[in-house]
Amino acid sequence: MSERVAIVGVGAVVPRPQSRDASHREMIFDAATRAYADAEITHHEIDSFISVAEDIHEGTSITDEYVPDQLGAVLKPVQTIAGDGMQGVAVAFALIRSGIADLVVVEAHCKPSNILRHGDVLEMALDPVYERPLRVHPHYIAGLEMRRYLHDTGTTEDAVASVVNKNRRQALANPAAPYGGNVSTSDVLASPPVCEPLRSLEVSSYADGAVVLALASEERARRCPKPVWIRGIGWASDSPWLARREWSDAVYASLASGMAYQMAGIATPTEEIGFAEIDDTYAYKELQHLEAAGLAPRGRAGALTVAGETRREGRLPVNSSGGSLGMGYCFDASALYRIAEVTRQMRGEAGRAQIANPGSGLVISWRGVPTQTGGALVLGSH
Amino acid sequence: MLEYGWDAGVAISRFLDGLKAGKILGVRCNVCGRTVTPPRAFCELDFKPIDAWVELPDTGTINTYSICYITWDMKPLRKPQIPAVIEIDGTTPRAGFLHLIGGVKGSSVESIRKQLRVGMPVRAVWRKPDQREGAITDILHFEPVRGRRR
Ligand SMILES: [Zn+2]
Repeated sequence: MSERVAIVGVGAVVPRPQSRDASHREMIFDAATRAYADAEITHHEIDSFISVAEDIHEGTSITDEYVPDQLGAVLKPVQTIAGDGMQGVAVAFALIRSGIADLVVVEAHCKPSNILRHGDVLEMALDPVYERPLRVHPHYIAGLEMRRYLHDTGTTEDAVASVVNKNRRQALANPAAPYGGNVSTSDVLASPPVCEPLRSLEVSSYADGAVVLALASEERARRCPKPVWIRGIGWASDSPWLARREWSDAVYASLASGMAYQMAGIATPTEEIGFAEIDDTYAYKELQHLEAAGLAPRGRAGALTVAGETRREGRLPVNSSGGSLGMGYCFDASALYRIAEVTRQMRGEAGRAQIANPGSGLVISWRGVPTQTGGALVLGSH
Repeated sequence: MLEYGWDAGVAISRFLDGLKAGKILGVRCNVCGRTVTPPRAFCELDFKPIDAWVELPDTGTINTYSICYITWDMKPLRKPQIPAVIEIDGTTPRAGFLHLIGGVKGSSVESIRKQLRVGMPVRAVWRKPDQREGAITDILHFEPVRGRRR
């Protein structure tokens, strides 16, 4: 049994709005090849494989049966997690901590470009009897949440728009971020409402992608060149009902980060977390998640953002990679993109997006509308 | 309603282009030495990109088959469908190709069993060139090659 678990390999394809030249299996093969080379391992050495995938995103039922080939997992233990990418990492962590495996691979991918109307997929996630017959695009759930969050915390719409400005600008320094751009807060506020108060530029654009992470026990990780250590991991789900939600707080993120902090022995996250990659599927979510993770007092994340404290050069850099607003929204693979970016930062491999002296990094993930499920991961360099 | 438009990818796209031209293409891996069709971009056993593309004949042998008296949505069939795994000549044994058997007379189990057997040679029956669309259905079916023994 191993007490400590490390991320020893990261491989990802650059997210992009279309990927017509490659099947999702070819994209996963590419990401896996990169991850195994990064960890200096071969597919023969891997004990167990986890795929994060959802049948309805694939357009193929029992999609777990299609996993082995592109990971080099033929005739090996394989399982599929239909959940947030962080939940796949949690299963890998558990396999290693329990002594079942020493070297585990987690894969997540997405091809939104192959889904003709994603709204139909989201709608299928709503209660068929009570919620679906209203026939409103599920972005409305984010609109409802954003209004109550702004109302309860006094966060301004300017502050939400400044998240878009920051992340898309930061994405300009990340060659793996297709949505980098100079978008001012007034551009954001002038963009058309989608489900008001949510505006079109506050919604992350879809991207196709694939990420593979290799995790190892402490002993196995010592033989890999660049281990980054998991200090704590957590995940949580709130009750699903739309009408009975908390709305203004991301309770799942508070619980998930609390679980991860406890495992990591972190009492004061503002002092011990150096930087973060935080779910920003919708711009206000970055602020809500920062507060849920205890990195900003309630209602203060917006002001911190406007003051520039969450920029790459600021006191608490957030989404130096560009986040989902800058890199694209990759469904349940988004969590793995965030983890990959934190790992690169901690190894000093982030290039122009590099944060000076990053310290311990935090990831907060969210499974998207209509869910109240998310995860947290704290990574440290020793 | 849920609808998808899947990207076929490098390997299957080239395979489908081959079918449109009346050719069955396969791929070879130099590590395990296998030649397989339908092609894939990588060898799943050796976890490396494939090494070569090969043009294969449109003949093969039946690995296994079933005589099906129901449609995919469970409607009864008088004239059965006969799905089969066909080992295309020139590929590694057990690297099969899934398609249908046609050109078989009668519709009873007894009469069909007299005409088909595991290991029997078969040949592709193609759509006319101007009716092909770059799909697996550009081959209508495989039919027994009479008078040929392997
Ligand atoms: Zn091979």
